[in-house]
Amino acid sequence: MLETRAHPNRLGIWGWLGGGRWGAERYLYTLHRLTGLGLVTYFLLHIVVTSSRALGQEAWQQAMTAVTGPLFKVGEFLVFLAFAFHAANGIRLGLIELGFGVGGPIEPVYPYRTSLDVQRPLAVIALLLAAVLVVMGTLNFWVLD
Amino acid sequence: MMRDQKLWTWHLAAGAVILVFLGLHMTIMHLDKVVSVASLNPAGGHPIDWNNVVARGKSVLFPLTYVVLLGAALFHGLYGVRNILFELDPAHWLKRTISAVLLLVGVGLFVVGTWAAIAGFSLARAI
Amino acid sequence: MSAKSLTEVTYRIRRFNPERDSAPHWEEYRIPYTPGMTVLDGLWKVKELRAPDLAWRSSCRMGVCGSCGMLVNGMARLACNTQVTDLGGDTVVVAPLPNFDIIRDLVPELAPMFDNHRALQPYVIREDARELGEPTGEFAQSAHELEQYLQFSYCIKCGCCMAACPTYATDALYSGPMPLGQAHRYNTDTRDGGFAARREVLAGEAGPWRCHYAGECSRVCPKGVDPAKAIQLMKRELVLDYLRLRKAKCPAKVAAKPSGVRRPEIPDAPAPTV
Repeated sequence: MLETRAHPNRLGIWGWLGGGRWGAERYLYTLHRLTGLGLVTYFLLHIVVTSSRALGQEAWQQAMTAVTGPLFKVGEFLVFLAFAFHAANGIRLGLIELGFGVGGPIEPVYPYRTSLDVQRPLAVIALLLAAVLVVMGTLNFWVLD
Repeated sequence: MMRDQKLWTWHLAAGAVILVFLGLHMTIMHLDKVVSVASLNPAGGHPIDWNNVVARGKSVLFPLTYVVLLGAALFHGLYGVRNILFELDPAHWLKRTISAVLLLVGVGLFVVGTWAAIAGFSLARAI
Repeated sequence: MSAKSLTEVTYRIRRFNPERDSAPHWEEYRIPYTPGMTVLDGLWKVKELRAPDLAWRSSCRMGVCGSCGMLVNGMARLACNTQVTDLGGDTVVVAPLPNFDIIRDLVPELAPMFDNHRALQPYVIREDARELGEPTGEFAQSAHELEQYLQFSYCIKCGCCMAACPTYATDALYSGPMPLGQAHRYNTDTRDGGFAARREVLAGEAGPWRCHYAGECSRVCPKGVDPAKAIQLMKRELVLDYLRLRKAKCPAKVAAKPSGVRRPEIPDAPAPTV
């Protein structure tokens, strides 16, 4: 094969955000990653903080006071929002990635009805579910407290 | 070393487990006023008050469900982080290091959490 | 500006000559517009009137060969299949397909895609290889069985899906939508018995596990192959295989030859008139 000085052209992380067409499912994918990272960060710290329950009332209440305050409350609310989206979208992804809700092989006739169009109702339901959870969480955190 | 075909199947299964148990956990801790279940917050007030913590901790279901949730969530979350990092195309030695670190963190926190669950259970029983 | 009033278009092309340039750069060319002009037609116009050294791949100019995959106004498309007026406005921004090295101007280095493709053995694999080489009859395959993989067989290997995939943008070990879609095309083909052979590659990092259903590949595919669907269906097969729940299907047998005796209810052909 001819040796060419080819110029690299991979999109890199920018490709995670947008590179083909600004389809809705691509944003769901990006958001799923971001919420997942947020949740796992919180979770690792959460294990350490809540382990204080095994050390008695003093330790527990010390730990709890350390994580109270308006900043922490906002942070916990963000974690709840992340959970709401990640869980709802996770249900959708779990179904789709096992081949449910994407439709079967068809004869492609232009304009093509792809699996993205077939799973669109599922995506809408997932986002509605997330919205319901967000509303409930907003009530619980900020209104009824 | 487990290949991705197997790890991914467990990742999905863990996700399903987390859906159930974390859903319960979130309902208890953060939806307690919208969906109030008296038996889970018997002392009234906030779910994180010591009295409520002890009351929930008396049941044997507490260490059981927490350990299951802990294991599933640690595996699911750390496998996700591993995926994201591996997709950035690191060198072979770096991949081994990342896998080892994530495994250590996962096992370590699992041990800490399981101890806390069991110790918390016996403490709650004693009160 | 309506399509009717369009008389000229500006082509903004990403150019790169490895013998002269150190990095790609943009060049603009203004050319007359003719009704019905595709992006490919415009490129020929640019080469004729403005830039004789512009390089790109094209062949059939009718959307069946897969040579002219390019990034047109931010989306991976076939240049011959895209009307200039469909893009809106009077500027056509053309760049080589992303996620592939640039050899020159609009020519991408597609060899890595074909290497991944070859690694997944995209051909019918059977134990009786003799039958493949010296066929004694046709393989028995029903219309329903054909439908299971026909859509995925329409792939023209243009590389647009690879350019749109977010995972392929960062991960060099991921096979990409085209090879994985084609692996599924052969796994589902009842004439094929090569699932176990392909699984060796599919179970690891080159497999479909890094696909997270962003769906861009299916959005940009010019032939409606829907590789995203193929990959998700393949994941189900592989998960069932791991859980040992997958029904192992025998490859299709050679169809029985007709006995030569005409069934009584079929009438004879009329006598020839010529």
